[in-house]
Amino acid sequence: MKAAALLLAGGMALSACASDETSGGTASSGSAGGSASAAALKVGLAYDTGGRGDNSFNDSAYLGMENAVNELGGELRDLTPNEDASNRPELLSQLAEQGFNPVIAVGFAYGDIIGDVASEFPDTTFAIVDSSGVGADGQPLGAGNVTGLQFAAEQGSFLAGVAAALKSTANHVGFVGGVETPLIQSFQAGFAAGAEAAKPGITVDVKYISPAGDFSGFADPARGQIVAQGIFDAGADIVYHAAGASGGGVFTAAAASGKRAIGVDSDQYETVDDPAQKAVIMTSMLKRVDNAVQGFITDFSEGSVTGGSDIVNDLSTEGVGLSYTGGFIDDIKGQIDEYATQITSGAITVPTAP
Amino acid sequence: MNLLRRLGLALFAPVLAIVVALLISGVVISLIGQNPFDAVRVMFDFGDTPGQQTQGIVVVLNRAVPLFLAGLAVSVAFRMGLFNIGVEGQYRLATIMAAAVGAAVALPGPLHVLLIIVVAMAVGAIWAGIVAVLKVTRGVSEVISSIMLNFIALGIASFLLTGPLRGSPEGAQIITTTPIPESGWFPGLNGLLGALGLAQPRTQLYGFLVVAVVAGIVVSVLIKRTRFGFDLRASGLSPSAATASGVDARGMVIKTMLISGAIAGLIGLPDLLGDQHSYGTEFTAGLGFLGIAVALLGRNSPLGIAFGALLFGFLDRAAIPLQFADIPASVVTIIQGTIVLSVVVANEVSRRLTRRSAERGNAVAPPTAGDGSTGGGQGPDGGPPPDDGPGSGTGPGLRTATGAGGRSDHREGAGA
Repeated sequence: MKAAALLLAGGMALSACASDETSGGTASSGSAGGSASAAALKVGLAYDTGGRGDNSFNDSAYLGMENAVNELGGELRDLTPNEDASNRPELLSQLAEQGFNPVIAVGFAYGDIIGDVASEFPDTTFAIVDSSGVGADGQPLGAGNVTGLQFAAEQGSFLAGVAAALKSTANHVGFVGGVETPLIQSFQAGFAAGAEAAKPGITVDVKYISPAGDFSGFADPARGQIVAQGIFDAGADIVYHAAGASGGGVFTAAAASGKRAIGVDSDQYETVDDPAQKAVIMTSMLKRVDNAVQGFITDFSEGSVTGGSDIVNDLSTEGVGLSYTGGFIDDIKGQIDEYATQITSGAITVPTAP
Repeated sequence: MNLLRRLGLALFAPVLAIVVALLISGVVISLIGQNPFDAVRVMFDFGDTPGQQTQGIVVVLNRAVPLFLAGLAVSVAFRMGLFNIGVEGQYRLATIMAAAVGAAVALPGPLHVLLIIVVAMAVGAIWAGIVAVLKVTRGVSEVISSIMLNFIALGIASFLLTGPLRGSPEGAQIITTTPIPESGWFPGLNGLLGALGLAQPRTQLYGFLVVAVVAGIVVSVLIKRTRFGFDLRASGLSPSAATASGVDARGMVIKTMLISGAIAGLIGLPDLLGDQHSYGTEFTAGLGFLGIAVALLGRNSPLGIAFGALLFGFLDRAAIPLQFADIPASVVTIIQGTIVLSVVVANEVSRRLTRRSAERGNAVAPPTAGDGSTGGGQGPDGGPPPDDGPGSGTGPGLRTATGAGGRSDHREGAGA
């Protein structure tokens, strides 16, 4: 009896998860556009840990691919890695083996394996988001068929720092990073520099959810909430997060303590469902992965991808920036734009490491 | 007849578990609007060309090797009723230390590999030994201390990786230790595949497969054929009875955890020596926790664990072709979850059936029941103690009774 009840409960819980999945999952498949004339553009994309449905990084990449395929016609296929992401090389190899070209790897974690896969499939064009197509030794990765799609996240974070400092009444802001990796540290460095530039002497609290090597910090809203609450309790009134799905916890903490938060990657004011969380999202640092991916696929279809190089998306190309949805920072737009101009003109150099 | 019946009961639980899991998974796949039979066909489709098919097999085996070692590490402790949740921390710390030592020295091939393996086993054993010492001297539950030590181990590993053992240049996205020179690599087995007449796969089959098989055999012999193994199983079945018959309970806890930790130290080595050659921020995590599921699935017998690891490896490989067939990869996670859940339930059902048949048959059936929840040895090999045990087992057991008892008494006296 007990066993039957347990089974039933387990089954129900599992089917609940599964039905959740379909709402986002089924749309990801099949061919869009369907114009028979297209020279069979087959785009393959492999996600970073977590896969589809993160309301952020991965979804943004998918959006870019979907837009490109809608426009150009063809077929798309997206693959999610297994839980510990140990099958990354297989994801890319199988996409290439099945004739998908270009193949796009989402996330710097593919950086250490994409070179090997690219040399195995020299006729396939690869792109990697957030990493480089050039190895540490200065040589192009693979057979020179990898393009890096990079973002100057520190520049966007600088503007987020400016906005936070100008809006802070406590003269005290905070930063919550998901995992203490060099990539996330560049967000921290930009944010701290921006806050300091707008209000010299401002206190910037920095906390990371998990240390390097432990990637749970990107997917743990409960710990995100505890860490953010600690910063709010210490006196900060605005917290910027670069913590992926853990950011939800940061918003919860901000709502609970009547303070404000800054989102990351996507316009989180739009992507977050809970109205209480929405209300605290002052702005979001946009990282336009969708534009970068769409641009790359368009370039590929036009035959203008060279490979063995990087495309850096920064303020000047509007690859990064701030969102103004909700109208919370409309009044300081002028000042923010001024800093943006100084960055693009080179008058301000934003640090990439704290 | 009796043997047949026991065999039937032993196979009953896993078969029931897999059937139930398949049924539930089938329902789940139908609920998301896909055909479950298509899904099964896709999972067994290893590709069109011979090269792709061998590649599929290699992927399954390469995934199964670390999972087998993880399951084996967990099961040794399980056998004596110890719940070693700390396998995760033990292997992560062991792997980074092994990677560091391997990169720091230059030795001829086999010696270099041997040194790395010894370092990994020693670090794993020491880390697990802390749990054992806390348990026997302070009575700290091994569940609590091993979970807590996981966090400490991950913290130390991160500190070492980003600090003293960092091998990556400044600004690198992925931080790794200095790579191990080629003399410390474990050769792959693709030559063997060729000798078997199989097409060459894209990637190397881990040579560490051989070490895993040897480890499985050693553990199997140790538990079934030695006095230590008898003491271990006795302590797992009934700690009080084992103590009463002269087993040094404290010593057993320490020895068992050291062995469990030493095996845990091997988990990261297939990847480290066969593929990555350095430990880094992207090194596969979570194998220690998966090992608990694999040990449960294999009912703590090395053969069963091998089967469980292969099943998990097979399901893991299936995640990619399923996505090509428009079925979300989470289906695999669901199947894995239902299998583990069904195994727990089926073990309980089988335990009750065994007990009932034992009651009916009175003195004939062995008291193998154990407690299903902690997985106390009730596998096909759980029977031996009452059957073939007496001659070889209790003899030496009794002989040490006074010595061991005296030692533990003495220690208690000193502690008080």
